[in-house]
Amino acid sequence: MGKNGAEILIDALIAEGVETIFALPGGVVIPLFDRLYDCPLKVVLVRHEQGAGHMADGYARASGKVGVCLTTSGPGATNLTTALATAYMDSIPIVAITGQVRTNLIGNDAFQEADITGITRPVTKHNYLLRDVKDLARTVKEAFHIASTGCPGPVLIDLPVDVTTSVLDGEVNNEMQLPGYRIIVKGHPGQIKKAAQAINDSERPVLYAGGGVIISGAAEELAKLARKANLPVTTTLMGLGCFPEDDPLSLHMLGMHGTVYANYAVTQCDLLIAVGARFDDRVTGKLDAFAPKARIVHIDVSPASIGKIVTADIPVVGDAKQVLGQLLKLVEQRERKGWLEQIAQWKREFPLSYDRQAKTVKPQFVVEQVREVSDGDTIVVTDVGQCQMWAAQYYGYSKPRTFLSSGGLGTMGYGLPAAIGAQFACPDKTVFVIAGDGSLQMNIQEFSTAVGNKLPIKIALLDNGYLGMVRQWQELFFNRRYSSTYLADQNPDFVKVAEAYGAIGMRVEAKDGVRPALEAAMQVSDKPVLIDFRIDPEENVFPMVPAGEAIDRMLSRMA
Amino acid sequence: MEKQILSALVENKSGVLAHVAGLFSARGFNIDSLAVGETEDPRFSRMTIVACGDEAVLEQVRKQLDKLVSVVKVQDLSRASRVERDLLLVRVNAPPGKRSQVIELANTFRAKVVDVGLSEVMIEVVGTEDKVQALLDLLRPYGIVEMARTGRIALMRSSRG
Repeated sequence: MGKNGAEILIDALIAEGVETIFALPGGVVIPLFDRLYDCPLKVVLVRHEQGAGHMADGYARASGKVGVCLTTSGPGATNLTTALATAYMDSIPIVAITGQVRTNLIGNDAFQEADITGITRPVTKHNYLLRDVKDLARTVKEAFHIASTGCPGPVLIDLPVDVTTSVLDGEVNNEMQLPGYRIIVKGHPGQIKKAAQAINDSERPVLYAGGGVIISGAAEELAKLARKANLPVTTTLMGLGCFPEDDPLSLHMLGMHGTVYANYAVTQCDLLIAVGARFDDRVTGKLDAFAPKARIVHIDVSPASIGKIVTADIPVVGDAKQVLGQLLKLVEQRERKGWLEQIAQWKREFPLSYDRQAKTVKPQFVVEQVREVSDGDTIVVTDVGQCQMWAAQYYGYSKPRTFLSSGGLGTMGYGLPAAIGAQFACPDKTVFVIAGDGSLQMNIQEFSTAVGNKLPIKIALLDNGYLGMVRQWQELFFNRRYSSTYLADQNPDFVKVAEAYGAIGMRVEAKDGVRPALEAAMQVSDKPVLIDFRIDPEENVFPMVPAGEAIDRMLSRMA
Repeated sequence: MEKQILSALVENKSGVLAHVAGLFSARGFNIDSLAVGETEDPRFSRMTIVACGDEAVLEQVRKQLDKLVSVVKVQDLSRASRVERDLLLVRVNAPPGKRSQVIELANTFRAKVVDVGLSEVMIEVVGTEDKVQALLDLLRPYGIVEMARTGRIALMRSSRG
């Protein structure tokens, strides 16, 4: 007797190198879960499908592999939508498998039916609705290929229950049929030559590196190129870790909450070399004031990104690792003393700063202390808002895949589940979550998953009792009218919540308690630890470029 | 605002039309017309899309379309040497006194009368957008009851040497 759909699916996943899937069962996937019960795959039971999606995402970001999640039909599938959109905006490879009602019921408003392929079309790189078991093996192979190549992204496979139970007549055929899918890997040699010439000729170049450098595995090539030609390097939020932030050439992050010296350097440069970055509005601020003196080299694997926001003087379509490798051979060694001295001066005059003398617990201090107790391989996963920005500014990332954050969509609730996914991907690494009290509550149910799987994740909760980033805007631009941003009087006792889930909870209300709490957390190896840091409630993220302003006109702490 | 014509070869599967239309709407591109039909290869359909916008906008549209996995090839026909046709079916008021004039107009455009009623006729005309529009403008004074238009389809001319 031949194999049925469920068995073919599991075989196909194993053939793709999948070891772990994040899942929640339901009616239409019961036959599939029956096959999963004793198969070699590790099935991690979550508490909300959005959690499963973010876990697959964190797993993918930490490991570079494709993350996999599995849900039932209807609400199970729709619950994935935010997680898919999160992955889509940040180009993260995920394969999401959703159950679907029987093929003959599709379109009839059946129980737990949702047109998930319709709903997720704009937030997936591609999706499939399977109608015949003979297409299953091929579809899985295609899905993994599409998810992980070119500009990666989430791919959804909608699997009706009768397809999982039907038995395949004949041989399994998984030959891919993708006539419309082409990836350009090698950059055009003529364009690369022009780019190298431009670099050699420039007096004040800046290398602007984004998430694409990490996806491509191009950190080594980037570092060699930057050091050979003395190119100062600034990274986007998504690019943090692609160039060591303790290198003198590092300008750290640019953009809305980037450093003064990064934003000044970009505004004054005569050549901007963009690699694996897409000129997002958080980076550019007022477009016609962005890099106004510069010619622009734009290296990207996605032709659609080039010329979308900014006209590229020298576009190069190709894989970052390949193109940077080629460029490295063609660029000349140059000292650029004058430019580097100007940048060093800006760094001296305008460092990132906060009130280090304050008696209260400052969030920036907490982030610095997290760095002190970690090693170079520690993975920091952030939630969204002020906590995210402080984590981006004050930690200092040196390796790729050590900073995981929802950049494009900015999804609150990303932190805890993504950290769980990252811990599964890297069981020997320390994983820290830097969260806010608003964000943590959005997927707090995943504490169950973390505790149940004995994951020693450390959660540094930057607890200010507000939806901090919104409160900051309300303070600066809306006369402190804190409309719907105050949480403190309704927040639970987070320590008790952690303990109720079986995790360890600690509270820190004084500055001298920060380091001991973190060190105690580092000693725990078999369950999550939550540290509720009561931080200064009205601390703001600076520098800040107001929306629509040029990036060199930032507000700083003195304002 | 210029009109731009794109011809896209796409996989002949359900959902592809929705995906292309969704792409346009999500990015705020304005579609004037979209015609799709089968090709010589049953695996593929051809979509002819007429959009309104400047060249930079069109370039983005073309690249975004190309990015879709189900889209095999996209050609910008706006400046290419091409043959294009639009087909119109229109029901026009044509009471006994006016009928011959309406039919004469149709004949001038080499259009056909494909249906006759007590006080109406239905006219079918095929041609470039200009020709179809010209006939429509001339028929309008008689009173247009209802019409359906395919939108433009186009193919590049074969090379001659």
